[in-house]
Amino acid sequence: MSTLKGRSLISITDYSKDDILKILDMAEEFEKNPRRNILNGYIVASLFFEPSTRTRLSFESAVQYLGGRIVGFATADTSSVKKGESLKDTILTVSNYSDLIVMRNPLDGSARFASEVSPVPIINAGDGANQHPTQCLLDLYSIRKTQGRLENIDIAMVGDLKYGRTVHSLVQALTLFGAKFHFVSPESLKMPSAVKTVIKNAGLEYDQYTELSDVIPFADILYMTRIQGERFPDPLEYEKVKNSYILSNRMLRGSKETMKVLHPLPRVNEITEDVDDNPKAYYFQQARNGVYIRQALIAAILGLK
Amino acid sequence: MNSKRTELKVSAIRNGTVIDHIPTESVFQVFKILNLDKTKNQVYFGTNLDSKKYGKKGIIKISDKYFEYEEINKIALAAPKATLIEIKDYDVIRKENVQLPEYVDKIVKCFNPKCVTNNQNVSTSFKVTEDHKGNMKLFCKYCEKTMAKENIEFV
Ligand SMILES: [Zn+2]
Repeated sequence: MSTLKGRSLISITDYSKDDILKILDMAEEFEKNPRRNILNGYIVASLFFEPSTRTRLSFESAVQYLGGRIVGFATADTSSVKKGESLKDTILTVSNYSDLIVMRNPLDGSARFASEVSPVPIINAGDGANQHPTQCLLDLYSIRKTQGRLENIDIAMVGDLKYGRTVHSLVQALTLFGAKFHFVSPESLKMPSAVKTVIKNAGLEYDQYTELSDVIPFADILYMTRIQGERFPDPLEYEKVKNSYILSNRMLRGSKETMKVLHPLPRVNEITEDVDDNPKAYYFQQARNGVYIRQALIAAILGLK
Repeated sequence: MNSKRTELKVSAIRNGTVIDHIPTESVFQVFKILNLDKTKNQVYFGTNLDSKKYGKKGIIKISDKYFEYEEINKIALAAPKATLIEIKDYDVIRKENVQLPEYVDKIVKCFNPKCVTNNQNVSTSFKVTEDHKGNMKLFCKYCEKTMAKENIEFV
């Protein structure tokens, strides 16, 4: 693990294909046996400048399964940030008290900046609309686990592809493995051209749809995301499209036997509850996989086995 | 009016650097990028000069100063067609077109209002890239957004 030791993880593009595979392999071991006391005597700082209960709890349980301790805050309201302390000062101070910093911050690029000033490694737990690499890794883990491979997956991404950072990172990561991309979104929320350029530069292909039903017959992975009404310049347009990107159990008829439905959660209404009992629904296990991924990352970055 | 007389409107320098073919409206931008407002050297400049190639152009002459190429290439963002001429004893010793640098640090603002560089005391840093159509783009090292030329604003 020498190459990952001491290195911050800010953006999924910081990791090579080998780095990613190393983390996935380690996570597999943690899934077999999550309770290991290797973090005994270590302190992880968890700095959530904006609330994200799901991500925070996942990191905290990862640390605690490993026997480590956590210091930090869950919102900026109760911290010195509210008194106007700069991000740099907060990071420099907290790095005195911890071996590793997990940070969530609403500013795009805040994690990269934190990693430049911090003497201890940083794991980015979401920097605004930019990156959320641990989500990306747990998505990759879930794909590999359910499909038995990462290479040449037919992945359909559905919903808000313009602003959804999880789908952008996942595209970047999957280009390393040669995926086929199928994008399903309303006209106004299509995948940005910068992301399409990444696909083209990797010599891969994508196609675009406006109907969810078009991709269901051939998708290996159906990656659902939320569509937020406020993203639409015209509320009428939202009304028109909002129901076309809701997945119900009935729609899964005719899908591949091995197909799985993923969602970064929380869902609002884009997957109806009758899908939950279908064995193709994988989003709750997907969230569980996040704990193993975070255990693997923390162990690798601290150089522990 | 012939080009010889146009040239004479801005004094010739004995030693130093001439930056020619600057778009007239970018002359002060180039000044700022090269910190010429703070230099102790003699600086001459002209705007709205006639140019055979570009209609109107600007020119800057800096006495007794030669630039590192990496430094002066930063002006390519404001003056992509500029020519650099180095003068020694009234003779041209080097003449080259500016080229886009690989990185652009500190001189351009990020267009993303939520970028950390616009909200904390952090200098900007961009990698110069191209999209698949060959258009120049700036990739922010921090927020990882890609900025098109028309969004470039100097600090
Ligand atoms: Zn930026």
